[in-house]
Amino acid sequence: MTATLEVEDLRTSFRTDDGIVKAVDGVSFSVDKGRTLGIVGESGSGKSVTCLTVMGLNDKRLATSSGSVRFGGEEILGASSDKLRKVRGDRIAMIFQDPMTSLNPVKSIGWQLEEAVLVHQDVTRSLAHARALELLNAVGIPHADTRISDYPHQFSGGMRQRVMIAMALVNNPDILIADEPTTALDVTTQAQILRLMQKLQDEFRMAIVMITHDLGVIAEIADDIVVMYAGKVVEQASAEDLFERPQHPYTWGLLGSLPRLTGQTERLYQIPGQPPSLLRPPSGCAFHPRCEFTFERCRAEVPELVAFGEPGHRHRCFLDNARRQQIWEAKKLEIKGEAA
Amino acid sequence: MLQFLIRRLLWAVFLFLAATLITYVIFYVVPADPAKQMCGRACTQEDVARVAHHLGLDRPVYEQYGRYLWQLVGHQSLGTSYTTRQEVNHIIAQTAPVTASLVFGGAFFWLLLSIPVGILSALRARSIGDRAAMVFVLVGVSAHPVWIGLILSYFLGYRLHVTPIAGYCDFFNPSLGSDCGGPVQWAYHMILPWMTFMLLFAALYVRLIRANVMETMTEDYVRTARAKGASEHRVLSQHVLRNSMLPIVTILGMDIGLALGGAIFTESVFSLPGLGRQVLQSYSNFDLPVILGVVVFSTICIIIFNLVVDVLYAVLDPRIRLE
Repeated sequence: MTATLEVEDLRTSFRTDDGIVKAVDGVSFSVDKGRTLGIVGESGSGKSVTCLTVMGLNDKRLATSSGSVRFGGEEILGASSDKLRKVRGDRIAMIFQDPMTSLNPVKSIGWQLEEAVLVHQDVTRSLAHARALELLNAVGIPHADTRISDYPHQFSGGMRQRVMIAMALVNNPDILIADEPTTALDVTTQAQILRLMQKLQDEFRMAIVMITHDLGVIAEIADDIVVMYAGKVVEQASAEDLFERPQHPYTWGLLGSLPRLTGQTERLYQIPGQPPSLLRPPSGCAFHPRCEFTFERCRAEVPELVAFGEPGHRHRCFLDNARRQQIWEAKKLEIKGEAA
Repeated sequence: MLQFLIRRLLWAVFLFLAATLITYVIFYVVPADPAKQMCGRACTQEDVARVAHHLGLDRPVYEQYGRYLWQLVGHQSLGTSYTTRQEVNHIIAQTAPVTASLVFGGAFFWLLLSIPVGILSALRARSIGDRAAMVFVLVGVSAHPVWIGLILSYFLGYRLHVTPIAGYCDFFNPSLGSDCGGPVQWAYHMILPWMTFMLLFAALYVRLIRANVMETMTEDYVRTARAKGASEHRVLSQHVLRNSMLPIVTILGMDIGLALGGAIFTESVFSLPGLGRQVLQSYSNFDLPVILGVVVFSTICIIIFNLVVDVLYAVLDPRIRLE
C-alpha cells in the first residue's frame, strides 16, 4: 500500500536580493493515514517551507522546488494551480501558527467555514452552514449555534485555533498539516488543542504532519519524527527510537533543552550559537560551528544520511558509532537526571 | 452608540467654535476697514462711523462674535454680505452646488481610475505596468492643480476644441437667453475640472491602494484562504479587497470634506462660481460675513463627513463597535 503522503528529496530555494537561499535541501519522509509525523527544528530550519511547498503555497515568482511530493500515489509537486487548488483544503488541509491573524477579521467565522465547504463541494449554503455548525461542535466551541455568526475578534486565541481546526477538517481531509498550532497559545490551552487534535485524528482517520520547535509537543503526539537543521534532515526515526536512542548532536541539544520537573533548578541546557544563515551556510556539516564534538571532517565534508539500528532510523553525523554511544550514555545521565 | 454620538457632537461644537473664532480674530487683526470700503470714496469720517455702527464694527470683537453666534444659532442666519448686501445663506446656497459638483464628480473619477490601477499595480508589483503607474503617481503628486488645469484647458479646450475652455452651466435651470444648462451641458463643462481633480487625487490614491493591497496580500488570513483552496479571484475579491479598502474609506471621507470647503485653485482656473472662488473674491473685499459663512459651511461638511466615515467604518469592520 502506498503511503498517504510521500515526500522525496524535496528541495526549495528562494531568490532574494542577496542571492539564492536553499530553504529546504533534500528532505524525504512519508506519513500514513492515522499516523502523526512530527517535524522539529529551530526557526529557519526549513520546516514551515517544507510544508508550504507540499501545499504549493510558496510565492511562485521567488521559489523554485524540485524533488517529488506524492499524494495518494499521485505527483502533486509542480502540478497545475487548478489541480493543486482542488487538493488544498479538501484532501490536504493546513492550520497555522497564529490563530489571531489567520482568520479574516471582517467575515464571520460561519462565513469562513462555509467558504471552505463551498469552494470544494457543490452544495447549498444552508447545507454548508449545517456542516460548519457540526464541525464547530466537534471541536468543542460552546454555544456553537449562536457563536457561528460571531467574528474572529470575539474569540480567544484557543477558541480561534479550534475554529481553524474545524475549518481544516470541514471537508474530511486525508492529511492535516499543522504549522506550530500551539506556539501562540498558553500552556493549558496548548494541552487542550493537542488532545483535541488526537481525538479528531481517531475520529477522522487522517494523517497529521505536525511542525514544531517544541519536543515536548512532539513527544505527546508524534509516531515518527524528522529533525531538521538548516534545511536538511539531520535525523529521523520513530518517536520511541528517537527519544531512547538519539544519534545526532543536534538532537541531543534539543532533548537537553527540555524543561523537566525533577526538582532540580539547574539552568536549562542551551545549544550555543545561532542557527546559520541559509544564504551563506557553513562549510561541511551545517551544524559544525555549534557542535561540541566537531572534528576535521565535519568542516570539510557534508555528511550523508545513514541508517542506524532500527529500520527507518537515519542520521547525518560523522562520529563513529562507538563514540556516539559513549557520548549519549553520558548525556543521558545528565539529561534524564535522577533517573540514573 | 448614543454615548458615541454625544461625544462626537460635543467635539463638533468645539471644532465649530474654534474655526469661527480663529477666522474672526484673524479678520480683526488684519488692518482693514470694511466700513470705509463699503461707504466709498466720497464718505466723510461721520459717514464711515455711521456705517461702522450700523454693521456693529464699532463694538469690541467678543461682542461682535457673540452677536454672530446668536444670529447663527437663533435665526440660522449667516448675516449679510458687506459688499453686495446679499444674504450669506443665499450666497452659500448658490455656490455650494458648484463645488459639490466638482468634488463629488471628481471623487467618482479619481476612484474610477485609482482603484483598478492601484490593485493591478499591487498584483503585478515591479512589472513594467506597475513602474509606469508609479511614474504617473510621481507626476500627479508633484504637479500643481493650476498647472494641470491650464494644460488641460489649453490643449483640450483651446487647441482641440473638445471641451469648453472654462465656465459653468447649471444642472437644473438653463439660464435665460442661452442654451447653457441642463445635465448634458453641466457635465460637458465639468469634464476638465473633473479631470484635473482626477489626475491630482488619483495619483495619491493609486499609491495608497497599491500599498494597502500589497500589505493585505501578505496577511496570514490570505494564506489561510489559499490553503482552503480558494481561487485567486476569490482570494482577491473576498479576502483582500474589503480589508485593504478600509483605510481608503477614512481618507476619502476626509478628502471630500476638506475639498468641499473650496477647491480654490481648480475653481479659479476654470472660472467655476463655487465656494473657493467666492472666498477669494470676498477676501479681497474684506467681506467677513461671506468668508465666515464659507468657514461655517466647510466645518459642518468636514464634521458630517467624518461622522459618515465613522459609521461606515463600523459597518465595514466588525471589530469596531460604536461604544
